Amino acid sequence: MKMEKFGQTFKSFKMKETERYPKVYLYKRIVQAKLFIDNHYAEKIDLNNISDEAYFSKFHFIRLFKKIYGKSPHQYLTYVRMEKAKDLLKTDAPITDVCFSVGFESISSFTGLFKRITHKTPSQYQQHELLRQEEMATYPLKFVPNCFVEAKS
Amino acid sequence: MVTKLSHSIIYVLNQDSAYDFYVNRLGFKVHTDAPMGPGARWLTVTPPDQPNLEIILMAIQEGMIFKEDPAKQMKELVKNGTFGFGAFECNDLMATYEELKSKGVVFKKPPTKEFYGYEALFVDDSGNWFSLGEKKEV
Repeated sequence: MKMEKFGQTFKSFKMKETERYPKVYLYKRIVQAKLFIDNHYAEKIDLNNISDEAYFSKFHFIRLFKKIYGKSPHQYLTYVRMEKAKDLLKTDAPITDVCFSVGFESISSFTGLFKRITHKTPSQYQQHELLRQEEMATYPLKFVPNCFVEAKS
Repeated sequence: MVTKLSHSIIYVLNQDSAYDFYVNRLGFKVHTDAPMGPGARWLTVTPPDQPNLEIILMAIQEGMIFKEDPAKQMKELVKNGTFGFGAFECNDLMATYEELKSKGVVFKKPPTKEFYGYEALFVDDSGNWFSLGEKKEV
């Protein structure tokens, strides 16, 4: 894991930006942490390490992250994993592959959480999405508002 | 009675490039991506918190909307940054600015305090510009 990225200091911010928007360096650190989650969601991420590397106490880090993104880092990591799973389930990938490739270690916890969030099991969601795509390819005009259908015809 | 806005259009020079910009950089979701015959594609995206508002990324090309000359004129106008197609909202302007900048999004104006609040202006891959601000409690 490229944790050293978080070891960078943020001395390069412009003084003008600091004057215009106080504590800009704090934003840069939190944004880097968010981008780290975006890029490494599939790996085993230890959120304690992220807060350490971002030079924050764990409590301070969680508080700032939640203030900016409306979710704790852990909630955000789960959100990213679920969104990626939804994308992968638009293909015919096996559910187990999807589960492990977005960073879950157990099928049952993945399925349970997925259902709680989307109100569908991963396989129901996948079936629905695959049918929708088939329909989109066969009857594309069904997905286009009437005025554009007229223009097209 | 009109009840809601379901679709809005952004005219783009290239749909592949627009897909990359709106999905991979701005973080929008693809709603519909349907082939519409040779050289035509119906591509819509939605902002993360507005899954029912489809933004049509409409290619400026001769065919469905434009005749040949208007298509050429429209391309030039878009390329030259004539159009501001809307105002986007985010939870935290400075964080969003830093993130989008790190993803290569070009800003015409960084977060700046105006009399109406903080605002930034960014440009998409075609040349369309947008205002970016924080949600206001009215």
